[in-house]
Amino acid sequence: MRPRSAGATRRQFLLGGAVAGAGAVAAVGLDAAVSARGTDAAASTPLNGDVVVPFHGAHQAGIDTDAQAHATLVALDLAADVDRDGLRRLLRTLTDDAVRLSRGEGALADTEPELAVAPARLTVTFGFGPGLVARAGATAPDWLRPLPAFAIDRLRPEYGDGDLLLQIAADDPVTVAHATRMLLKDARAFASPRWVQQGFRRAHGTVRPGTTMRNLFGQVDGTANPVPGTRDFDEVVWARDGWLAGGTGMVVRRIAMDLDKWDHLDRPGRDQAVGRTQATGAPLTGTDEFDEPDFHAKDALGFPVIAEFSHLRRSRPDDPSQRIFRRGYNYDQTPPAGLVSDAGLLFVSFQADIDRQFVPIQRRLDELDLLNEWTTPIGSAVFALPPGCAENGFIGEGILT
Amino acid sequence: MSLRTPSVRVLSAVSVVAALALSGCAGGEASSTPVPEAADFHATDAWVKAAPADEMTAAFGELVNDGDNDITVVSATSPAASMIELHETVQNESGQSVMREVEGGFTIPAHSTRELAPGADHLMIMGATAPLLAGEEVAITLTFSDDSTAEITAPVKEFAGANETYEGGDK
Repeated sequence: MRPRSAGATRRQFLLGGAVAGAGAVAAVGLDAAVSARGTDAAASTPLNGDVVVPFHGAHQAGIDTDAQAHATLVALDLAADVDRDGLRRLLRTLTDDAVRLSRGEGALADTEPELAVAPARLTVTFGFGPGLVARAGATAPDWLRPLPAFAIDRLRPEYGDGDLLLQIAADDPVTVAHATRMLLKDARAFASPRWVQQGFRRAHGTVRPGTTMRNLFGQVDGTANPVPGTRDFDEVVWARDGWLAGGTGMVVRRIAMDLDKWDHLDRPGRDQAVGRTQATGAPLTGTDEFDEPDFHAKDALGFPVIAEFSHLRRSRPDDPSQRIFRRGYNYDQTPPAGLVSDAGLLFVSFQADIDRQFVPIQRRLDELDLLNEWTTPIGSAVFALPPGCAENGFIGEGILT
Repeated sequence: MSLRTPSVRVLSAVSVVAALALSGCAGGEASSTPVPEAADFHATDAWVKAAPADEMTAAFGELVNDGDNDITVVSATSPAASMIELHETVQNESGQSVMREVEGGFTIPAHSTRELAPGADHLMIMGATAPLLAGEEVAITLTFSDDSTAEITAPVKEFAGANETYEGGDK
């Protein structure tokens, strides 16, 4: 693999809605040059809060978008009386909200439009559970069902399943809170929240764009991801058939991480468990995060340098079709009385076919992965994410019109 | 389709003809083709508060006059409403905020916008002919002082406020 470039991806960010990608850099430079004459130079520095991720396109935003700092995932259950017409009305309304909010405008009938003025790369991404697809009278992909039961799972129903998923993400938590509230107000006549999960990464501006995130174990997490904008990414992520073409499959797993137990493990043990050094994320056979692991390398005693039981070895497929794109978030919530932390990973992965790509990896990790000593899946949900839409279209139109 | 941007079209051919007939009064300018008020009009961000059948509710949005002359909305109709009144919100003698039918309609000065909003001016839907369900679209026809007309399309939204519209001015 190679270091991630901070440059252009398929879904370009728009500054002021007018210029894209590399062009934006040029335009910002031009703007700086023009406004340098006799004006406050600081005024020409574009605020990240003003950056708009376009809503419309072949794919939904929020999948190949460089992960924002904050995310709220909400799964809703449809009310019993919501039929196909109701779904259409719901998704047209929520699409319109998402379009306006991601542009930095209040939604229609927004009572707090002042909170919408800083989109901060807001994206709203819609996913359909099996219940919604059935209600629409459409045929679901085979993989749109709860994941098989894994022995390591300790699933709690309050973090599982759902008919409609909203992934609301931005670099500003106020923007996320307002967008979430607006969308849920407009969904209220049709559906009620089943679960809400919030996650965070490094704040915007804290690390270089493209830096692989670290989870709360301190591990570099997501190194093997395909890079948005490459053919590799397209093959891993985008579905190619039927109404889902241009969409993808989404797995959401809430993985509790036992930080107190992890504290007992010293650095060599941690590195052995993962197969990578915590300091750099490099495989134990390399020096750089993106070095290819050498699973054949042996130590002085003849044991593999990267242990058979390590997370890296177990999660790395021999079959190249078994790959996923991870876009998770950390969570850290109020601990129960007597404990000092209740933290973990809001694991999110996108892949065209969950049965073919995700399930085999998870089966291997279920059978053997030393990291299972410290991690426990406590929530699980699967959604089909329809493709994006054009202006005047709405998300889900492929099965509702 | 997402919620359509409220669209406007001039509906009344008769009123256009009437306006043409008046063009002789407009003075000697070569470019003085008379413009029906509706032709200078458009609405943005129109929406209607969801309501059960027969109940009162209201429509809101921005009324925009792109023309060089003031225009005035004098009445409104919709298949979704048994009757629509043009309401304003004012303070009465005791300082209480009350709604009442506006006298002389909603005038929109040249090249400006008049906002219809909860707690302020609005189109009062006196009785919904059928339930107004969130996500539906309501067509409203506005008639101007020259009898030209324009149609607005307004999506229906759930909304907790704008409750004065239910009180019929009693509150």
